[in-house]
Amino acid sequence: MKHYAYLISRRIVQVVIILLFIAGNYYGWKILAGNLSTSFLFGTIPLSDPYAVLQMFVAGAVISSNLLIGAVIITLFYGVIGGRAFCSWVCPVNIITDAANWTRRKFGFDMIAKKTPISRNTRYWVIAVSFILSYFLGLAAFEFISPISMVHRGLVFGMGFGWAAIVIIYLFDLFVLKNGWCGHICPLGGFYSIIGKFRILKVKHDSEACTACMKCKVVCPENQVLHMIAKESLPVLSGECTNCGRCIDVCDDNALGFFLKIEINKKGEKNNEKNNESIA
Amino acid sequence: MQRKQKKTSSYKKPISESRRNFLSTTRNLGLALIGGLTWAAYVDEAKANKLLLRPPGALKESDFLKTCIKCGLCVEACRNRDGNIIYNDKGKRVGTKDPTLLLAKPGDNKPLGTPYFNAREIPCFMCDDIPCAVSCPSGALDIKALINKKTKKPDITKARMGLAVVHKESCIAYWGLQCDACYRACPLLGKALTIDMQMNKRTGKHAFLLPVVHSDHCTGCGLCEHACVVEKAAIFVLPIEYAEGKVGTHYVKGWDKGDQQRVKNAKKIHTIDERSKEKAVDKLNNLGDLLQ
Repeated sequence: MKHYAYLISRRIVQVVIILLFIAGNYYGWKILAGNLSTSFLFGTIPLSDPYAVLQMFVAGAVISSNLLIGAVIITLFYGVIGGRAFCSWVCPVNIITDAANWTRRKFGFDMIAKKTPISRNTRYWVIAVSFILSYFLGLAAFEFISPISMVHRGLVFGMGFGWAAIVIIYLFDLFVLKNGWCGHICPLGGFYSIIGKFRILKVKHDSEACTACMKCKVVCPENQVLHMIAKESLPVLSGECTNCGRCIDVCDDNALGFFLKIEINKKGEKNNEKNNESIA
Repeated sequence: MQRKQKKTSSYKKPISESRRNFLSTTRNLGLALIGGLTWAAYVDEAKANKLLLRPPGALKESDFLKTCIKCGLCVEACRNRDGNIIYNDKGKRVGTKDPTLLLAKPGDNKPLGTPYFNAREIPCFMCDDIPCAVSCPSGALDIKALINKKTKKPDITKARMGLAVVHKESCIAYWGLQCDACYRACPLLGKALTIDMQMNKRTGKHAFLLPVVHSDHCTGCGLCEHACVVEKAAIFVLPIEYAEGKVGTHYVKGWDKGDQQRVKNAKKIHTIDERSKEKAVDKLNNLGDLLQ
């Protein structure tokens, strides 16, 4: 069970959030009403997708105070605390891509995977293109094609042909590119990678406890961020880490764990000199 | 032999770091261009469907598409509005009726995620408190535009979701049958929709009861379209820009003092061409060659 603690917690959080949104529509609950683009928490606190708001701004829309406040709250939450936690703890597409990844591992599609020319930096190019298109088309360009919004809206308001988006992403991640959508293309993930660079919730690594079994690298959806495994006792600094905690789950040697940057800086002084140095 | 050697050597020669950077940047830009153009083409097509009815207070379509963040709060407000909730005998909420507003989903062939309604299926019931527009966080539904200046309260009669249009040939009232379903359904009957009574010359003793829409009052709620008894509604709501013609500025109502104000500063313009260079009287007096 220990090996699935974070995975199960994530699924619970993801599903509860989706259910609250569904209840907001069908039962008029006020806990979370709207969808991931913009919602109201307890009927009063606005929450907005900062990337969508930024695209709207570039498109030339007048940004209302609700959207502005909502975007600031979300930016602060993920920017300061969670980083890409949105991707792994909230986003419904994560369930699809995790399923594709699981299928890959279970059936061994990884073994026949070919080297692909697509870089993980593609997402930052997609962000740039989305802003250029938003400017010239006069609308938030990614919001018109975003499978994240499509799937989430589908769950809350009715799916239509939205199931096709689910199948496409699943098959893309399964047969075309490992971690294709979330790890290479999704500009929202890229956006949170950028603003999550200085998050305080990070994964730390203790290379002395590590037995180099590399299980963490197998399950990690952004395994380039785990470059320090078995080499150095460094925390995961890259903003591309989604804080999904899967690496911590699978580690048999207690070599990985979450920490809050501020907390460790205090404790680290008396606990572990080496750890402290690497963080500084 | 020598030539061949030369070729292979240049082929295998490692490219310099700067050239590698140049090539990779060029490739990335090219790929971004492919993606961007495809993406732009799709979005441009996807937003092209303008024949849809937006909720009350919606900005004009181009601004609406810019400003709507597709959160669906208007749709939720519509579903959970007073009077739409179904209660059981004990007064406990058991569900809701289907809302007027829908959020465009894949397959609807409408700009994805934006709210609209289909008046023939479920029209807008023109709630006094306009919950949909009140709930809009982005301003795409502009509640301020619907505030009555006197009462300072939301006034749904100010909404202009569209304009009802009558297709005479399929309207049975124009056949001479007695039908005023649309008139009875109109929430602003007598203002937005009136009955024009005319003599039926075919029978010589009956009247035509003809529905006439008045665009200065019609909100485009679609209750008329919903009520229309014929197979495919003979009265239907179109977005205003498609339902209305436009006279242009060069027609001035000579009998309307207000309209006359538009031309009070107009100056007389003389255009002289081949035919008007002579005064008309001179032209008539100058018989010229005719007398000979």
